[in-house]
Amino acid sequence: MTLNTAAVGKEWPGVTYQVGREKVKEYATVLGLDNPVHFDLTAARDAGFRDVVAPPMFAVVYCGPALGPALFDPEVEMNFAAMVHGSQEFVWGEPACSGDEITTTARCVSIEEKGGMGFYVFETVSTNQDGAEVVRGTWTNIVRGV
Amino acid sequence: MSDLNAGDAVPELRETPDKYLPHRYAGASGDFNPIHIDDEFAKAVGLPRNILHGLYSMGLVARANTALAGGDPRALKRLSVQFRGMGMPEQEIVVTGTVSSADGNRVTIATEATQGDNKIIKNAEAEIEL
Repeated sequence: MTLNTAAVGKEWPGVTYQVGREKVKEYATVLGLDNPVHFDLTAARDAGFRDVVAPPMFAVVYCGPALGPALFDPEVEMNFAAMVHGSQEFVWGEPACSGDEITTTARCVSIEEKGGMGFYVFETVSTNQDGAEVVRGTWTNIVRGV
Repeated sequence: MSDLNAGDAVPELRETPDKYLPHRYAGASGDFNPIHIDDEFAKAVGLPRNILHGLYSMGLVARANTALAGGDPRALKRLSVQFRGMGMPEQEIVVTGTVSSADGNRVTIATEATQGDNKIIKNAEAEIEL
């Protein structure tokens, strides 16, 4: 079967997420992190951050609302029942701190068939309220039996 | 310059996610895919039980490697992973890593996460700035 590649190059509208202290604490706690910069304003400021700082992998929280519409776009035609998250890359820039407004834009980079499997690659670019890049994510989903 | 050299081992991280960890991770991350939080649903789609979020396991890999910089969240510059075997709640996860190159303050680490013989994250690479 030939995969429909019409969505390659498509970009979805940016989605803005405001980072909050309690959400940062919740995420840091579930990962078992104990650096007080994720929990305590004074500790964060003493370490040179504007406010309580998110752990790097908090990227999944603020990227999620931008990535969802891309993954579920009917034009992408991804078969969710046979999909697994194959690989993931994040490249971090400016730290994400509580109070930041981070806007993430998702784009479909490629849709390719390899060995009977479909590889759907999306890129997200997240920038803060000052226009500084916070993270760039590459999300690869694999669909079996295409 | 960092004190790390190619071939050095990253301190091992061991963590056993409890039965309800996937539920807490779902709430924290916003990913409520039922394969992670509904054992009956997971079995109905052919999985052995509800499974861990891959991004949770990636989070542990991030934690293990950031620990090299005392847990400073600014230190982790890049992390790429491949998700392979499924991660299970109530089984110990072991994250290991070996420095593959050290260039000034920039250290690259080959890292992975396993549960017993099952590699749940493989071919991962972390870049840390010390």
